[in-house]
Amino acid sequence: MDDVRAMHIANGIINGPVSAIFILIAVAGLAVCVRRAKVDLDDRLAPMAGLVAAFIFAVQMLNFQVLPGVSGHLLGGTLAVILVGPWVGALCVATVLLVQALVFADGGLTAIGLNITNMALIGTAAAYLLVALLLRVLPRTVGSLGTTALIASVIGVVVASLGFVAEYALGGTTELSLGGVAATMAGVHTLIGIGEGLIAATTVVTVAKVRPDLVYALRAFRKQPTVAKTGVTA
Amino acid sequence: MERLFLARASRVHRLAPEVKIAAVLLFTIVVVITPREEFAAFAGYAVLIALVAALARVPAGWLLQRSTIELPFVLLAVVLPFAGHGERVDWLGMSLSIDGLYGAWNIFAKGTLGVLASLLLAATTTMRDLILGLDRLRCPTVITQIMTFMLRYVDVLIDDARRMRIARLSRGYDPRFLWQVKAFAVGVGALFLRSYERGERVYLAMLSRGYAGRMPSAGDTTAPAREWALSSTLPVAAAGIAVAAAILA
Repeated sequence: MDDVRAMHIANGIINGPVSAIFILIAVAGLAVCVRRAKVDLDDRLAPMAGLVAAFIFAVQMLNFQVLPGVSGHLLGGTLAVILVGPWVGALCVATVLLVQALVFADGGLTAIGLNITNMALIGTAAAYLLVALLLRVLPRTVGSLGTTALIASVIGVVVASLGFVAEYALGGTTELSLGGVAATMAGVHTLIGIGEGLIAATTVVTVAKVRPDLVYALRAFRKQPTVAKTGVTA
Repeated sequence: MERLFLARASRVHRLAPEVKIAAVLLFTIVVVITPREEFAAFAGYAVLIALVAALARVPAGWLLQRSTIELPFVLLAVVLPFAGHGERVDWLGMSLSIDGLYGAWNIFAKGTLGVLASLLLAATTTMRDLILGLDRLRCPTVITQIMTFMLRYVDVLIDDARRMRIARLSRGYDPRFLWQVKAFAVGVGALFLRSYERGERVYLAMLSRGYAGRMPSAGDTTAPAREWALSSTLPVAAAGIAVAAAILA
């Protein structure tokens, strides 16, 4: 029993200077996302981004009780990457975290930089790289889109949880063995990642079957341009 | 979505949202950078929170009930004295780590104060006003736009999920415990699409009525200096307590 992140990181778990540094990192990362997202966010993507954020918000209310006192929740980064792309996707996750910190007191306000860095930036970036790679390699079927969502979710979630371990190593306010923290976080989040992957995969597959025009990750593979703007991303 | 808002006619409720957000943010920063040994300072912060709650007419029971969101972290705090390293003390026959005790206190005190401050903000400000406040604090439009839609669609999602559940139940589906997960997993994609198409219609309706990425606000005025001064008493008082505690120690 080493560590708990039943909700997000609260105030006082990581010390002040490290929290401040990560707020700067988060602001810089989000600034890049905002700039890139303005290009992406068209009439089709704006409501989708809102819905993806609402969906992530809703599924983050499900907390998995993994051990007594140790639980975690879904992150939703992979779903966001596939449906709205990496830039808007990172902003969706960040928006969810911001609302939770401001309104639901879930995750400390001064720890917002840490939470955004882990879940919105690190998790989403890992998921995006995997999605971009796997969609090139795998055959172009709906099934492989589902597989991609599953794999990217598991790895994205575990990578995001290791972000917390790194932050804890830099500025944890108590002395716990790092190996233990890392093992618990990775173990718990592998299970969470599988749960998240199944939800992401079923959602994405359904959307891809019925409304493939809504799936951002498939834009690059579209043969007939349906709107003026296609093939923006890899 | 409005269940955290407590409609009252208080002075705190009438403050402009941006000054409240700034005050809570600065207060939380002061709390977090206070060294954990300054017990008197934390008592002072708690008094400040109680004063604001009284001024905003938010009952203590209401706050305490909603602050249970923090419970998982309290569990962590309970574990720390046993799991921590370093010098240990014996208390009631248990060997407790001193560093762990301080760590537990640190997480408990700072976490609780932060949660209470955020809850007071949510209790005195509607979601719509919060978004307006973020907008006036120069939060990028992309983020406030996503936030606006998110808050709208959460209700759409919850309502659609409820309708689908009622539809299943009325067809004789009677799941218990974990088996409900199966129906959820099968239906989650459909839920997403249904909500999207509903939301898309709403969005197109908004566009055709002149929506251009920002909600119109009645009386687009910024907060007067008086409100900034009033709300800044919270972080300033907290900073005063912190400095006084540091000097006395």
